Amino acid sequence: MSGDTLLEVDDLRVTFPTRTGLVQAVRGVSFSLGRERLGIVGESGSGKSQTGRAIMGLTPPQAEVSAKKLAFDGIDLLSISPRERRALRGNRIAMILQDPKYSLDPVMTIGRQIVETLRTHEKVSKAEARERALAMLQAVQIRDPARVFDLYPHEVSGGMGQRAMIAMMLVTGPELMIADEPTSALDVTVQLDVLKILDKLVAERGMGLIFISHDLRLVSSFCDRVVVMYAGKVVEQIKASELRDAQHPYTRGLLNCMPRIGFERHPLPVLDRKPEWAA
Amino acid sequence: MTAFITVEGLEVVFDRFRALKGVSLEVREGESYGLVGESGSGKSTLLRAITGLAPVSAGTITVNGKTLGKTRDKAFYREVQMVFQDPYGSLHPRQTVDRLLQEPLAIHGIADGEKRIERALDEVGLGKGFRFRYAHQLSGGQRQRVAIARALILEPSILLLDEPTSALDASVQAEVLNLLEEVRRRRKLTFLMVSHDLAIITHMCERLMVMQNGEAVETLTASQLIGQRVSEDYTRNLLRASEGFVRA
Repeated sequence: MSGDTLLEVDDLRVTFPTRTGLVQAVRGVSFSLGRERLGIVGESGSGKSQTGRAIMGLTPPQAEVSAKKLAFDGIDLLSISPRERRALRGNRIAMILQDPKYSLDPVMTIGRQIVETLRTHEKVSKAEARERALAMLQAVQIRDPARVFDLYPHEVSGGMGQRAMIAMMLVTGPELMIADEPTSALDVTVQLDVLKILDKLVAERGMGLIFISHDLRLVSSFCDRVVVMYAGKVVEQIKASELRDAQHPYTRGLLNCMPRIGFERHPLPVLDRKPEWAA
Repeated sequence: MTAFITVEGLEVVFDRFRALKGVSLEVREGESYGLVGESGSGKSTLLRAITGLAPVSAGTITVNGKTLGKTRDKAFYREVQMVFQDPYGSLHPRQTVDRLLQEPLAIHGIADGEKRIERALDEVGLGKGFRFRYAHQLSGGQRQRVAIARALILEPSILLLDEPTSALDASVQAEVLNLLEEVRRRRKLTFLMVSHDLAIITHMCERLMVMQNGEAVETLTASQLIGQRVSEDYTRNLLRASEGFVRA
């Protein structure tokens, strides 16, 4: 495998058993990722989060994941043991979730959670782990790392919690980061601060980033490339800079239907969903 | 034009926390007025105080010439209805759409329920087929349409909208915003709408108030905001943030 490709996804499928039969949430998704920022955009039910979870190995046990190829740095993720998978998860592949209120452990201080992540994957002394956790909190621009280290998640704001989560995920120096709606639970102004931090760290460390979001405009301003998903399939892959020239009516519709300051349109254009998009 | 809704020096205190610190505003009849701010700015609390869902400790609220007391009478709720943010939380999970829509009619003793329910569903773009379904059988956008139908069924003159589209996908949001504009035009409704999204507020409202920490930052017309003629730094920051991420 070439040194440039970090992740290869070919014909990924995620199938859930339900009372009414099998439901395919992801239906043959293919893309590859280098050390770049890739956005996955789609609306609820498009399979974007399940794609991210399948890569991370967090698909619920009752669901089935299959792919012609799902490889991270040449490692076939579908054939390795759960133990090997665990060694990758949180270490070389990390994930930021949407809402720090639910994804941080409420009964553990922020510092201890970061130290735990680090000591799970690396043999380091307690003192060194603490040092590195503090440095990481500093890196996500938390002003008083020593104070925040000893706080519980409920004692910090949403923006601060999300920074702590980024710190926790980056402390092991992952090569691939999957961010699933990392800023959707935050206020607009805080959102930009968090994105700035994420952007800087990803660039400095040369990581690959998969940014999953429903917000096409935000993703296109943040990522190099965008994968647009609809009903479990990729309908379009496009460079973020060329988004204006998007071909697929769904992509164009998504771009168009949001109100924009200074562009008055009454009524707003709505998506005319065609059954063949999902075919 | 005279003021239709007047709020003066409104204070809301939860325990010792002052959620609203003396906020005043005036909404004219038939106007669409927006409240913008971040979480904790008090914008939703202001709406809830008007409907009587938040403890008012000082200040007055006047709606259509009547100053509101501690409790609201039935006549008030025929005039003022609210649509909440989360259509997954605001509809009873074990009631059919029909039952949900009958509730306000029963409370107010309105007889021609059959016709009204049909008309309300029709008005929000849901056919008769939806009448006997449960909320969990509907998508987020359809649920919000049911919530709007429930608000409209009493033929109110004021709709209070608390982030009516923030739980919806972008394409569904456009449909619901269009629907709201259409019913407002048809029924000459007055809107008081809360959102954290400046673009939605400028799209929907003629005037707006920017709020922060329970206080009004400034009051603007939509065209002032579009022309960036704002005087407060906080509003400028919000405007910049709404343009998306810009790499330094």
